[in-house]
Formats: sequence, C-alpha cells, structure tokens
Amino acid sequence: MSRHTITVTVNGQSVSREVDARLLLVHFIREELSLTGTHIGCDTTSCGACTVILNGRSVKSCTAFAVQADGGEIETIEGLAQDGTLHPLQEGFWEKHGLQCGFCTPGMIMSAKELLTRNPKPTEEEIRRGVSGNLCRCTGYNKIVEAIEYASAKLQAGDDAGTEEATQ
Amino acid sequence: MTHLDDRFEQHTPAPEGSSENVPTGDEVRITTPSKVCGMGHRMKRKEDPRFIQGKGNYVDDVKLPGMVYMDLVRSPHAHAKILDIDASEALATEGVLAVITGKDLEAAGNLHWMPTLMSDTQMVLPTEKVVYYAQEICAVIATDRYTAADAVEKVFVDYEPLPAVVDPFEALEDKVIVREDKETKTNHIWHWEAGDKAATDAVFDAAAHRVEASIYLPRIHVASIETCGMVANYNKATEHMQIYMTSQAPHAHRTVFALVSGLPEHKIQIISPDIGGGFGGKVPVYPGYVCCAVASLVTGKPVKWIEDRSENLQADSFARDYHMQAEMAADSEGRITGLRVKTLSDCGAADAAANPSKFPAGLYSICTGSYDMKAAHVEVDGVYTTKPPGGVAYRCSFRVTEAVHMIERMTDLMAHEVGEDPAEFRLKNFIKPEQFPYKSPTGWEYDSGNYEAALRKAMKMIDYGALRREQAEKRERGELMGIGISSFTEVVGAGPSRDFDILGIKMFDSAEIRIHPTGKALARFGTKSQGQGHETTYAQIVAEELGLPAADVQVEEGDTDTAPYGLGTYASRSTPTAGAAGAMAARKIKAKARKIAAYLLEVGEDDLEWDVDKWQVKGSPEQAKTIQEIAFAAYTDHPPGMEAGLEATDYYDPPNLTFPFGSYICVVDIDKGTGEVHVRRFVAVDDCGNIINPMIVEGQIEGGLTMGLAPALFEEIVYDENGQNLSGTLADYLLPTAVESPKWELGKTITPSPHHPLGAKGVGESPTVGAPPAIANAVVDALWHLGVRHLDIPITPQKVWQALRDNGVTD
Repeated sequence: MSRHTITVTVNGQSVSREVDARLLLVHFIREELSLTGTHIGCDTTSCGACTVILNGRSVKSCTAFAVQADGGEIETIEGLAQDGTLHPLQEGFWEKHGLQCGFCTPGMIMSAKELLTRNPKPTEEEIRRGVSGNLCRCTGYNKIVEAIEYASAKLQAGDDAGTEEATQ
Repeated sequence: MTHLDDRFEQHTPAPEGSSENVPTGDEVRITTPSKVCGMGHRMKRKEDPRFIQGKGNYVDDVKLPGMVYMDLVRSPHAHAKILDIDASEALATEGVLAVITGKDLEAAGNLHWMPTLMSDTQMVLPTEKVVYYAQEICAVIATDRYTAADAVEKVFVDYEPLPAVVDPFEALEDKVIVREDKETKTNHIWHWEAGDKAATDAVFDAAAHRVEASIYLPRIHVASIETCGMVANYNKATEHMQIYMTSQAPHAHRTVFALVSGLPEHKIQIISPDIGGGFGGKVPVYPGYVCCAVASLVTGKPVKWIEDRSENLQADSFARDYHMQAEMAADSEGRITGLRVKTLSDCGAADAAANPSKFPAGLYSICTGSYDMKAAHVEVDGVYTTKPPGGVAYRCSFRVTEAVHMIERMTDLMAHEVGEDPAEFRLKNFIKPEQFPYKSPTGWEYDSGNYEAALRKAMKMIDYGALRREQAEKRERGELMGIGISSFTEVVGAGPSRDFDILGIKMFDSAEIRIHPTGKALARFGTKSQGQGHETTYAQIVAEELGLPAADVQVEEGDTDTAPYGLGTYASRSTPTAGAAGAMAARKIKAKARKIAAYLLEVGEDDLEWDVDKWQVKGSPEQAKTIQEIAFAAYTDHPPGMEAGLEATDYYDPPNLTFPFGSYICVVDIDKGTGEVHVRRFVAVDDCGNIINPMIVEGQIEGGLTMGLAPALFEEIVYDENGQNLSGTLADYLLPTAVESPKWELGKTITPSPHHPLGAKGVGESPTVGAPPAIANAVVDALWHLGVRHLDIPITPQKVWQALRDNGVTD
C-alpha cells in the first residue's frame, strides 16, 4: 500500500499527515483529524451526510480520497461558527427547526453554504434543487428550506449594511 | 448573528400556510410566561446548539483507547447449507485479531441463537444453513476498519444452495421448509384473529352493498440516515461491559443482553448516545450487536462495529409486507355495517417483529378506523420466507399503518359503490363525538375524538368544493387530476401494562426529577430521543408543572446506569408514557414543596394555592415562596421530621392508549405521457390533544408526511426469484429529496386525551400512518373514470403508465 504525505488547510489551519493512498477523505477528516461533525450515511454518494467544502465546491467526502485534497482547502461544519457566534445558516437551522436527529445537518448546512455562495438569493425551487443531493429522513425538508431562506435574507441584510457603511 | 446564550423562544412567526395562520377555534393553551416556557411555547430546541456545530456524539464518533474494528462476512445466497468456512487466510493477515463463527458462539454457551422480541428464535451466526440473503456468516476483528473489510474478502465459505422461498403464499404450501430447526415442519408461524366472526358474517349476509379488494403493503425499510452500530468495551478486570449502541430501547436491550449472555445485569451498561434517526429500525437486537459484544469479550479490547448502508438495507429489520384481502359491507342507506379481513404477514426467516407479546399482528385490529360499524372480523397468519426477519415499524405504532391504509382504501371504494362523494360518505359514517369513549367492534376503547371537525377543517382549508369543480372541468378536457382523503385514527402510547409487554417486561415508562439547591433541575427518563426533541419537550413539561424555566431543566436519557428503567421510544409512546411520568413526578415534588412552603410561611397547607412557579397564601398573594426558594430551603431549612431534598421518581402505567387522529386531503396531477404523479397540494389536519411545543409538533408532522409520501410513491424493497435484494443501496431504494417533498399545509384541532395528565397524545407517527392512503386515494380518484379501482403502493410512474395503457389512454 503506497503512503503519501498530504498537506491540507482545514477550517483555516494547515495540517500534514502521512496517509494510505486509499484512505477516504471522510475517514481522514473524522478519524485522523477527529472532526466528527462530518457524518457517513451511505456508500454510494447518495445521502450527502459527508458533504464538506473542498476548494470552494461542495464535495461528498465519502467518494473522494484524502490524497485528492492535497494542497487544498477544506471547510467542515466545525469551522462555521466564529468566536461563539453562529453562522447565519446555523442560526437559521436552529430558529426554523431545520433539524431533528441532527445526523444529516452538517452535510446539509455545508451544501447550503456552497449554494448561497453561488447564488446568494435563491428561490425556493433553487434551494430545493440545491440541497437535493442531501437526504433528510426526519424533517420533510420544508423547515430546511425556510432555514436556508432565513440565512440568505440575513446574509443579504449584512451585505447591504456593509455596502452602506462603505459608501458613507 | 445569534449568540448561544440568547433566550430560547422561537423569534420568528410560523410561515404562511402553517397552522399558526389558520383560524382554528382551537388555540394552543399557554399558562406560563415565556421566561418559564412551559407547555404551548414555541421553544427552540435545547439540543440543537451541539448538532448545528458538529458536536453531536453518535456511536461512530465514540473513540476509545485501543479500539479495534469488526466487519461481517455475509451470505450471497438466500437459502443455502454451509459446508465449510475457511478463515485461515483472513487470520494470517497482518492486523487481523480474530474470526468468530457460529460454531465458536455455540461452543461459548449456545450463543449462536438468540430470542427475538416476539419470543421466536433467530440465528446470531449460522452453524447449519443460511436463511436470507446478506445473513451474517462470521465476524472479523482487526486493528482498523480497512483491514477488517479486506479480511472479510479472505474468508472462504462453501455453500450448497437451496431453493429460495420468496412468495409467502407459496411458502404456505410447505414444499421447502425455511426453519428446519423447528419441531413442526411448516412455514406457518401463527394464526391470530380479533372481532366476532359470526356477527360479521351475518352483517355481510344482510348487506345491500359489498366491496372487496386485495391490498398489498410492500416491504419497506426505515433507512435512518445513521445506520446501526455499536462500540462494546469489556473490562476483564472489573467484568464490566460498557456498550455504546444505536438503541431506541437501551434498558430493554440491557435486559436482553443479560438474559442471552449470562452476564449479570448490573455489570452491563448500555449507553445510547445521540441517535441519527430510529423510526423503529433501532428497536431489534441484530446479530451484529451480539457479535460485537462477543468480540470485545474475546479480545478484551473495545470493538467498534458500524454497518454500511447496503448491510443496513439488506439485512436489518424491514417493515410492512402485509397481504390484505378485505371486504366491506354497507346497508341500503350507505352506512358501513361491517369489515372482514384476511391477511398474510410475510415475516421473513424469523418472527422478529417488535410488537407487544400478546399481539403478533400488533394493533392491526384498530382497522375499523374512524367509522362506526356493527361488526368486524380480522384474521392474520404469519409465515416464514427466506428473507431477512423483521416486521418492525416504519415510523408507526405496531401495524397501524397497514390497518389505516386498508380501511381508508375500502372506505373510498364503498363511497364510489354507493355513489357518494368520499368526503360526505366519511362524514356520514364517522364515530360521533358523543360516542366517546367508543368501544370498537374489535375491542378497543377509543379515548376521545372529533373526526367531523378535523375533516371539515381540512375541506375548508383546501376549498374542497372548488377542487371538485376544477376536477370536473379538467376531466372534460382529458386532464388527469385526483383528490384523495384519509381520515385516520391512530392508537399510540403502549401500555397499559395489563395488556402490553415486551418479553414479559411491562410497558410502563419512567421519569426521575431532582431539583438542585439553587433551583436548577436534572430530569432523567426511561425513553430515548432519536430526533424527537425530548430534551426540550420534557423540560417544558417540568416547567409547566413546577414553574422552573425550561432552560434550567437538564434532560438526560439513554444511559442505563443513570436513567430510570423504561421501555424506550417507539410507537409514539414517549409523551403518552414518559411525558406523563414527568408530569406525575413533578406533581410529587410540588406536593412536598407545598409542605415546605407552609412551614416557611407559617401557615397551613390548605391555606396555600399554586400560581405558575410559587405557592402563595390564598387571598394574600404577596406572601409566597417560589419553587427556587423552596428548593433552597429543601436543603438548608427543611421542616423538622421531613427528609431533606427535593426529588421524585414516577413509573407511569397509562390507564389506556391515546388515540390521535386527523384528516388529510391530497390533490394530485398525473402526467398522461409518463405516468408521473405530482402532489400539487396536501392539507394535513392533525389532532394530537394538548400540544407541548407547537414548533416540534409541526416538525414531527412535516417529517412524518414525507415519510408517508415515501412508501406511497417511491420506496419498496424488492427481491428477485432467488431471494436477492434488488434494493440494497440508496441508489436503488429511493428516498424522497427536497425536490419530491411537497410544501405541506398544516392545520390542527385539539381534543385532549381525557386520561393523560397533560391531555396530550403521541404525534410522531400519525402523518406516516395517515398520508399514504390519501395519496393512493387521490391517484385512484384521478383514474377512476378510466376504470382503475386500485393501485398498490408504491405508485410508481411505471404502474400508472401501465394502468393508463391498459385502459387505452396512452400508447
């Protein structure tokens, strides 16, 4: 089994590890880095519980090798809140009851984060399609959609306020 | 941006179309201020901060020093003799610690068989033959999960294939016997019946109208996003077995483990940590769990076993698989008079259902539903086939989904037979509010209900009359639109213990509340949340009863070393049983608090009255002691002769089940070219009695509705003629996504349970029970004029397209 040294930036921190070539990215994140917020729900890239953001794009980390992330930047659920302040998506999921058992939640939030980066003001339909790679068995999705709408509005309001400040 | 220490009450109002904006005339009762957050408040969930930050603690997150991994060799045959198992190559692999076979378990004290929850037996690992595809053959233990998976491929098993028994009707012919270990060589397991056969036959003889149908509810799988798993940690020095397990019923599982293994029960600790969805699938004890515990005993190391999704879909307990032959009778005025049902229950290779002992077909005899009729007779036969064992629930209370689907389909058929609108027909045949408590012809006593109010509300919300007019216009134009109704009655909250037990353990549940000197509380329960929000709901119950802010009540469940004994969470039983125990324990504390207050205020107990969070002197409310002041006094200044402290435990045995109900109306449009069913609107009016947290109840209903949509349109575990599972991945077994799940429109009525201490009923499963027949009825309604009378779920585009083609609508 070939082993490789990889260096990745995870939630802003650079880490280097020697890993087996076949080590899945999700196992690297969960077991090597002990970031267990990223979950595993299937083995066919269907459920999205393992979604993280790799170099700005949402990726199902059960279907990527750790070595593929070498030199890249990874964001996981653990990196979202800053100094005890929740990200608007986390806030939205709590406020709108967008989670029940919580198992799909980190992957769902990371997919939503990438969606809002690409499309800051998605329609309801765009949100539904945007998270259609993430399965939730508890909520029936409506409150997830509301949570993402909440975050979108909050981020927009923040941006507008920022723009106003800059122009004044 | 929200800081975590912000107050918990939900800041934003409910969105358009949700229950809060619908005038109900049934307002949620709130008696405490938002500072206290008792019943009725939309309290944001206390458990959420850890989940939204990736700090939950699920079984696969547990990492113990020196932990090793287990993986399982599984059978590629549904039915085969095992001639030989050669594990030498696996054992020679670096990092492999042990391989455990059925013969090893047999030598260790006949651990190769275990009891099921239905007092049948099931193999842990086989010694003679396998009886289902993906059956566990042997366990491989290795230093890491990759090595264990590699070693699984290096175990060589020599099989002699035997004919598979896939069709349960063929199984009854006993040409091939599935369970040769049994004394009686037959695949028939049991026969069960309820109701009065002679009275029912007489009603049918006298009937003016009769309809009949064959209705199949196929095998489905809960597919919680977290699969099952365990970390077993046996300490040889202390002889203590610590187990982290995906368990909906940790105490019951501890007792089962003690009985099976011979380990003393006080040396077994089961911790059910955060659970990533249960829905019934985490009630049974699976062979993998037993192997994992044995592996830790054998190796003396902590052993982790996490099944993958394919193992979960292929071998864990299924739900449904009921073949129902139903007949309904009505008189000349279109009143339902009787129901007669014969059902075949395909149990797979063991009767491993999770029903109460006396009810091999669960609560299926609730099948007269919401309708008043003279007589009913229900028969069910259980049969073995070479499929994985099961018969657990899929978010439903012991076979109620099967019962509701059947009665709601039959009611629609009869409405058409007598030429009445299905809504009007239901209104005419409902059990009337003044008939409660209602004794059903199969022996249930419904505690309360107002079915007409729920259906009328749903009809108003969706504007039923306008929909029927639209349908008529569309039919003129050749467009396919259907409207379906389901007016279901649920039966949840087992006990009472006189009727309900699992392996002899009575189905009560428990709560233990301790109030600390500074007025904060710890409350522990015998149930186990898998996403239902118990940490919030139970805290609100304590808040309601004692006036302690719900934010100050820490709720704990799932550790058998600390929580009081309980039967766990399934069948919508948590609020009806443990929630009631919480209220009763709080009332015991309140009674002691009254004595302490009387002592402190130097008045008689009878001079005091309760007000939200304090005992106050009648007519002189400024003389009062708050629950916090009383708590402090309980440890610092308690009355002479009284025990110090302020805590109580309650084991609650409900006097009856609770009977939630609702009326759902579904509108579908059907694509004539592809047969695809589009759910355009779905109004759900639910009545679960008094509501503890409306936000959580709405969440339970919306989630349950999507889990009702799923088997109605998408999900089925399919086997080929060799007993191979063709639905063994999430690419083959289709769960609805956010795209398929409609925008549910919720409404409510409130009919409190007359016997529950809080007037509450269960709610988590009502929508999964009620939704499928509403959808099926809507599809058949859309196709009725073409001659379609019934379609079995899942109603796939292929099935609809075939029906359209058979009736000349499409090429």
